[in-house]
Amino acid sequence: MTILRNISLRLFRVWQRNFDVSLVTWKTNVLPPLLEPLLYIFAFGFGLGAYVEKLSFGGKTYEYVAYLAPGMVAVGVMFHAVFECMYGAFVRMRYQKTFDAILHTPLLIEDILAGEVLWGGTKGLFAGTAILAVITAFGLASYPESLLILPAAVAGGIMFAGFGLYFAAVSPYIDNLNLPTFLFITPMFLFSGTFFPLDGMPGWLQSLAWILPLTHLVTVTRAAAFGTLSWSLLVNFAFMVVVGFAVSYIGIKLMKERLIK
Amino acid sequence: MTSDGRRIVEARGIVKNYGQFQAVRGIDFHIEKGECFGLLGPNGAGKTTTVRMLCCVLPLSGGEMTVFGMSVREHPRRIKARLGVCPQENNLDPDFGVRQNLIVYSRYFNIPKAEAAKRSDELVRRFHVEDKAGTCVDDLSGGLRRRVMVARCLINEPDLVVLDEPTAGLDPQSKHQIWDEVRDMKAAGRTVLLTTHNMEEAQLLCDRLIIVDLGRIIETGTPAEILAKHGGGTLEDIFLKLTGKQLRDE
Repeated sequence: MTILRNISLRLFRVWQRNFDVSLVTWKTNVLPPLLEPLLYIFAFGFGLGAYVEKLSFGGKTYEYVAYLAPGMVAVGVMFHAVFECMYGAFVRMRYQKTFDAILHTPLLIEDILAGEVLWGGTKGLFAGTAILAVITAFGLASYPESLLILPAAVAGGIMFAGFGLYFAAVSPYIDNLNLPTFLFITPMFLFSGTFFPLDGMPGWLQSLAWILPLTHLVTVTRAAAFGTLSWSLLVNFAFMVVVGFAVSYIGIKLMKERLIK
Repeated sequence: MTSDGRRIVEARGIVKNYGQFQAVRGIDFHIEKGECFGLLGPNGAGKTTTVRMLCCVLPLSGGEMTVFGMSVREHPRRIKARLGVCPQENNLDPDFGVRQNLIVYSRYFNIPKAEAAKRSDELVRRFHVEDKAGTCVDDLSGGLRRRVMVARCLINEPDLVVLDEPTAGLDPQSKHQIWDEVRDMKAAGRTVLLTTHNMEEAQLLCDRLIIVDLGRIIETGTPAEILAKHGGGTLEDIFLKLTGKQLRDE
């Protein structure tokens, strides 16, 4: 448990550094998360949705675009958090030597890596909030229930940031990061109830979907956007918190072992 | 605690293993307050590994080392707060300008904002980069970047400055400028640890030095003592005599 003991509040200095960088590069950081979901909503929601009959979910029927929109919020959280800690952290570790610079200050490696996870989670929250604003403008989120999406984006964001750091830690080269994208992130993007309800799928696929982390975030964002909250969402929150903690811990541990021999 | 208060660093039998390979094989040295101490050796001799252990970045595999009287194993944060380190590889933040680099770095030491601004302006002036203060470091020349690296390591007003090959690959002008800075640091009462394989640099700046090769100390003393012991010539001749002329891989 040395890892937990070695994390101090100075981790916010790392968060602050990354935040400052994002202010410099905001054009490429802020606009895509706002515009990307718009593309999906237009292409799939309004475009493809025009050919799709209303679909029933949880005993009610919805327009396809209304079904899709909260899924896009969850997807935005996932992509922005996981990629920040996969590619972003990899570049800072390997090419910019940022971690090495910070290691020569009173911060320990655990502070740096925990700060990275917190930052990745923040990016997830930011993307989720931006997309929520967009779908709210289209009248696709009911309030006040949709405010629950914010804490869900924090829990989900930290969880996916943790996965990102884990992937960065075990990838020898930056190109190796294509593998978790193909094997883990893309399948989640497609099969976590983002584009279509899981009830129609075979039972084994439904069970498989339950262990995909994105499923739990989508379940919460959709229930919130539909205004159909229930206590069972606590299970989804618990999943994200427990898996998020575990995977962040493992990611920090492996990255530490990689950097400090 | 060290018995002698003048000793800023004390290393006793320090060892570093990387798997089967032993990079540092039990070396002893000490650094005294206010001196410029040289760590010399060919590439792959174990200089950077030794420096990184001293900076509490790499754990020791064996032996004991104290910095400011504190064990590197037990007090890394407290030691690092008083060190100013310029590593071999430049690692400035490429997205920030020169002054912003200093400011961001100051935050890791919890230096208050106003004080950090004051120190950054001072350093920008002292290192003659006023007209580049807002320039992204990616657009600077190699010499200028190195100067900013050296400036950055003074932001916390360190008691011990560690310069790992500060002038490698620089033109004579930049090199002389960094040498002047090292003299200023000493004049300001700071202790300096300098690693180099530039013998001229060592002879000019170092009060005492050790020459390491293959993880062991092979010579130690003041530059004058070492020259006298080996019958004069230059430090470079003696270095080649001691370490051999075969090429090193790393």
